[in-house]
Parts: sequence; structure tokens; C-alpha cells
Amino acid sequence: MTPPNQRSAYGASLVKLGKMDGRVVALEADLGKSTQSAMFQAEFPERYFQMGIAEQNMASTAAGFALAGMIPFMHSFAVFAAGRDYDQLRNSICVPNLPVRICGSSAGLSDFGDGKTHQGIEDAALMRALPNMTVLCPADSIEVEKMMDCLLDWKGPVYIRINRNDLPFVYPPGEPYSIGKVTMLRDGSHAAIFASGIMVSKALEAAEALAAEGISARVLDVGTLKPLDRDAIIRHAGGVDAIVTAEEHSVIGGLGSAVVEALRGVAHAPVEFVGVPDRFGISAENYGVLLAHFRLTSEAVSETVRTLLRGKRK
Amino acid sequence: MAKPDEIRRIERIAWELRADVVKMIGVGKVGHLGGSCSLAEIVAALYFEKMRFDPNALKDPCRDRFLLSKGHCVLIQYAALVELGVIPREEMGKVKTLAGNLQGHPDLMTPGMEAVTGSLGQGLSIGVGMALALRLAKSPSRVYVIMGDGELAEGQLWEAAMAASRYGLDSLTGIVDRNRIQATGPTREIFDIPCIAEKWRAFGWNVLSANGHDVGAVLDALDEAAAKKGTPTVIVADTIKGKGISFAENLVAFHNAALTQEQYDQALVEIEEAGRRLQ
Repeated sequence: MTPPNQRSAYGASLVKLGKMDGRVVALEADLGKSTQSAMFQAEFPERYFQMGIAEQNMASTAAGFALAGMIPFMHSFAVFAAGRDYDQLRNSICVPNLPVRICGSSAGLSDFGDGKTHQGIEDAALMRALPNMTVLCPADSIEVEKMMDCLLDWKGPVYIRINRNDLPFVYPPGEPYSIGKVTMLRDGSHAAIFASGIMVSKALEAAEALAAEGISARVLDVGTLKPLDRDAIIRHAGGVDAIVTAEEHSVIGGLGSAVVEALRGVAHAPVEFVGVPDRFGISAENYGVLLAHFRLTSEAVSETVRTLLRGKRK
Repeated sequence: MAKPDEIRRIERIAWELRADVVKMIGVGKVGHLGGSCSLAEIVAALYFEKMRFDPNALKDPCRDRFLLSKGHCVLIQYAALVELGVIPREEMGKVKTLAGNLQGHPDLMTPGMEAVTGSLGQGLSIGVGMALALRLAKSPSRVYVIMGDGELAEGQLWEAAMAASRYGLDSLTGIVDRNRIQATGPTREIFDIPCIAEKWRAFGWNVLSANGHDVGAVLDALDEAAAKKGTPTVIVADTIKGKGISFAENLVAFHNAALTQEQYDQALVEIEEAGRRLQ
């Protein structure tokens, strides 16, 4: 039974991969109870490497493991995993295109209490800019499991954003899945909503609300931000009067940017972003109020769709 | 103790490698002459005597690994790989050009290279990862990581130093090429790092020192490092930047410099003479 928490699903999946393949090793920077790499530690202590609070060394050490034929998974909070060791990810790992898996845990605003320094809202932008890097942003725990199932064989480095909190399920279990595809979770003809991570479930709620008003919106999960399935983005963006992107990430460099990059040179309906504005996060008493503070809600998504459609009909 | 004929052979190879470094830099194009020449004996001792390295089996899992953390001095490694037949000699003329595969810093595009290094400070960490993985595989391989003394300002190296000693990586040998000059001046003036040996010792390493141009001393230190169990070893090697080229020795100007035709000719003459004295 898949837990609703992505971290728990991640830890269990990592154990599963460890059982399947002796090349899997885990590296941790003293956040194992948070990232749930501790589950792997309990099962495979000899393949678990506590690297201390030293993310740069951890990243290049992971490169060394990969160069010796292993499949290393390295862990920290997203803000550190992508930022603190950016140059190590770039030069030690991405230049030689090594199969290092970088778990950016407690991504986005999901570490609500810890505030700006711990809320990774620009990690996907950084990771997307790196040649060879695959960037994943799963919508729920089931998508985490499906993505992890692909990671023994996937070529090159992978960055995966993992949310800290329990999330609603979006995917039914057991359906075929592959990294790099855009998944249509609901069809519609008036608007297209491209979403990633926690905003996928909110986009589905928005589509439900819009349907009651006679607005038909299709919802697409873009779990793989890179490599982006450009043909699918263009196809799903066609024939509608409004395109909205929704992500728990800065409006600079994340899903919204990726969708607009994909649509360049192609005639398309007006696009608007729902995302974190160009500023840092803030401490909040719970995840819900923080998401509301940044208007990362189903209401914000539906209202953005309505606004674009009103503009279209003028 | 290294044998005299063994020492003589490595000394001769070191001068040949120096000559190839000068040839790769050529006339009128900049290249990292100083820090490549300071490494000639150390690189020759590793590739031609101490390392388990078969030029015909580059992927042998039991090979020893050579990592040049001070990746800007990759010309000396290219010279060794050319001498070993891993890199075709004609590639030397295409170094740092679109026509060749000898990059400005170590890259997996080039046969025989083990990692991407050159963003300074990362090589020792990569070595830690390799040594840990090789230990899991019960491999006899050793891992050698060459660092610059200026490079020791990179904090990541000290993170790696702590990790190596935390895991007791006795298959890992670090070598500090202490030529005392970095890109823009003497290390003592740019960013003085006092008590280098004491620092490594405090980080849990076995510390040896050697004159990096004394092949016998280098070979003995490498043996002593390999014999040490339970902790990693670092060899602090005192060297001369630009060693062997009279007008370049100990000069910041030849950290990354272009040679005139006269300088190029003189460098090759001096290197040839030094090699001949060993015959």
C-alpha cells in the first residue's frame, strides 16, 4: 500500500531498488530521517554512506561512486541538494553524464516552518539549465514509485523533487508509466492546465470547479520537466482558448518557463503562470496557509483560467 | 628502497614528458607550463612504475585510478598517456582544438581519463567515492589524487579529507604538488596556508613529505603510503614550478603562458640536455 507521503514512498522505493541491484548506494548529509534515506540505511548499512553536513563533498563523492560503476542516490533538502553543490553537480556529475540520482527532499514550500533558507523554490530552474540533467517533479507518491522504478536504467544524472507532506493521490496504482511523458489526467476543450508536483491535484480540483460553470479544462501532469516532451506540450496546448501552468516553484525557470519554451514558434492561446512570484518563501504555521499565502491553490488556478477566457471573449 | 636503475628509468621518462608538454603548448598559445613541469617526476613514477595500469585494458576494474584534481595541468597526464600509447601521438598537435579530443581540463572524451576535474577542489571527493566503491567490490585498486598547494584553499578538499579519514580509506593516496606559486602570485602572498602537514595530520591523515623531483624519494613515499593501513596518506611533495626550464622556474608568469619561438627552442634544448645527462 503506497503511503500518501512522498518521502515514505521514496524511501521504500529506494529499498526496493537496493534489493534489485547491488550497485545502488545511498549518500546522506545528516538529513536521513527527513529524506527517509534512513530506510535504506536500516536495510543496507554497508551500502549507506553518511557524508556529514558537507554537500559539496557528497556530490563529488557520488560522482566517484558512479565512475566506479555504482548507481549512487544522494540526499539533502532540495535547496541544498541543488544549490549548495551546484558546481559539483555541474562539473563532477553532469559534464561526464554520470548516473547519479539527486534527491531534493522537502522541495518547494513543503518545509513550511523553516522559512526562506530551507524552502527550495528555484531548484528546478537551476537543474533544468544543466546539460544532461533529467529533472523530475512527481505529483503524488504513486508517481514517485513509478519514477523510481525507472531509475536503475535511466541514462545520466537525475534530479527528483520530493515533497515533505502528505499529498492527495492523483494516479491509480499499477498503470504503465515512463519518465519523459506528459500524462493527461482529465480531458477538456476550453483550457489546458499544465501542472507539476502538488499543483497537479489542485489543477484537478480547479477543473472540477470550472466544469460546474460550463468550462471544460484538460489537466496535464508534467512530471518530467526535462527532457520535456515538447510534442506533447504543443499537442495538448492546441485547440484551447487558455493555457495555464501551475507549479510549486518560482515563476522563473520552472514548469511555466519550460512550457513557454516548448510553445515558442507555434501559434497558441494566451499563457499565464500560477507559481511562486520572484521572491523567497517565509515561515508559516502549516503548509496549507503557506500555499494560500503564495496563491498556490485550486482557486487561484481556476481564477486564472477564467481571467484568460474572459480576455479571449472580449 | 627504490633501485638505482628503476630511478634512472623514471627520471628519463619524466624529462620526455616535460618535452611533450612543451611541444603541446607550442609557440604563441597559452598553456599551463609551470604546474605541468612541477609534476613530471610524480606522474612518471605513478604511471610508469607504481600504478597498476595496463594501456591495453583501460576499463580493467582492478586498475589503479589517477585523478588530477589540479586539472589545469592535464598536459603532463596527456604526455604520460601518449608515451603509454593510450593517446595517439598525433593528437598532441590538436590539444585544445575542435579537431581533437584533448580538452583543456580532464574529460572523459579522452581515453585513459578517469573523471572530470579542473573546477578546483573536487578531485579528492571523487577519489573518496571511487575508493569507497572499490572497497565494496573488494578490489585491490589504489586511488591517487594530485592536488595543488594553491588548490588547498578550496574548502571541499577538507570536507573530503574528513570523509576519507572517517572511512579509513587506506587505498587513497593524496599528493600535494607544493610548488608554492598559484595563478596570480606566490601562495604565501595570495592566500597563505601555513602548517599544511599539520593540517592533514589533524584531519586524520598519515602525512609524508618528499622532494617531488627526487624520483627515489617519490617512489619510496608511494610505497610507504601503500603500506599504511587504516588511514589515508598524503604526500606533501616540494616541487619547483616550471622545473627544468631555466627561464620559467619559480615564475608566476609561466603558470599559464605562451612561449616565443626562442623560448620554445631553448626549453626543448634544456630538457634534452637534462635527459642526456641521465644516459
